[in-house]
Amino acid sequence: MNYIWSFLILISIVVGAVNGKLNDVVNALLSGAETSVKIAIGICGVMVFWLGIMKIAEKSGIVEWLSKILTPVANFLFPEVKGNDKIIGDVAMNFSANALGLANAATPMGLKAMDEMQKINKDKSSASNSMCMLLAMNTAGFQLIPATVIAILVSCGAKNPTEIIIPTFIVTSFAFIGAIVTAKIMQRIFPPQTESGGE
Amino acid sequence: MENIRHILDIISVYALPSIIFVILLWALIKKVPVYETFVDGAKEGVDVTLRIVPYLTAIVVAVAMFRASGALDMLTACCAGFLDKINMPSDIVPLAIVRSLSGSAALGVFSDIASSNPVDSYVTKLGAIMLGSSETTFYVLAVYFGSVGIKKVRYALITGLIADFLGIVGAIVVANWFFA
Repeated sequence: MNYIWSFLILISIVVGAVNGKLNDVVNALLSGAETSVKIAIGICGVMVFWLGIMKIAEKSGIVEWLSKILTPVANFLFPEVKGNDKIIGDVAMNFSANALGLANAATPMGLKAMDEMQKINKDKSSASNSMCMLLAMNTAGFQLIPATVIAILVSCGAKNPTEIIIPTFIVTSFAFIGAIVTAKIMQRIFPPQTESGGE
Repeated sequence: MENIRHILDIISVYALPSIIFVILLWALIKKVPVYETFVDGAKEGVDVTLRIVPYLTAIVVAVAMFRASGALDMLTACCAGFLDKINMPSDIVPLAIVRSLSGSAALGVFSDIASSNPVDSYVTKLGAIMLGSSETTFYVLAVYFGSVGIKKVRYALITGLIADFLGIVGAIVVANWFFA
């Protein structure tokens, strides 16, 4: 992350200077900083709401019940958290919300799982295998119905916007499984957490 | 097809309210003090949001600068020559690159593709599949790791990018198969 982040910024400055767009780069810096806080404030309300609802789901036993059903799958994906109903339940809710296209609800649920994973993390500043797996599941963007894309197609006057649903589903499932397999392989290649954090 | 759309509409309208309804109802049956519990859990939300800010700023600023400098266009131009060979229209290239970096940019690029090409063309459909099957890797990374203060991401980023790449390849293969 250190390299990629500094690469993005350094290259921007160099290329911006060469292209004579340095002014734009500076403006982008300022507006980008503003945007990032706006995004955070934008998700704050939803975050507060869903974390409240999640607490209710947790207290009433729904999270635990969900995790019981999914234990076999979860043990394969997240061997580190074996038997931790809270984490597995949160992950299950995060996945379901993603699949239904409820991104607003999915993020707080995923963050709740992250929070629980951090509690049992050996090195608090580096990502555990479970965290990387959760990230892999989330960055792959698995969803049953690409609602936003369909909405754009509709607004452009597509004759048959829903025809992309099945192909998209095939691709997103493929990428999702690919992400999980990749995370599993990377676990073996990368040095374990306690020795060095790695990049 | 009309039926499918009808079902989709129902799902998108009912999914969220039903989840809330079921959770609340079940909690009441279980005699959970719902209001107190809600407020208790919700309190954490503000903290989490604040914790994310530095991580989000870091990545959003870097990506914004990268785009504004013209470096992203250059990267796109570099890749275009190669990607033409694997039957990937050059219109799609910016989308493939940008979708890991910025969600709003990807949406913008796709809207562009959809409006500058015939809406029922192969390019538009490929773009739709590509966008619909992806999530903004850098954003997810910033938010998830930011919320718990993880600074060393280990293999999470490379895994996300490999998955993105698989998604791009998959989208091209499947679009060829369905629509070419």
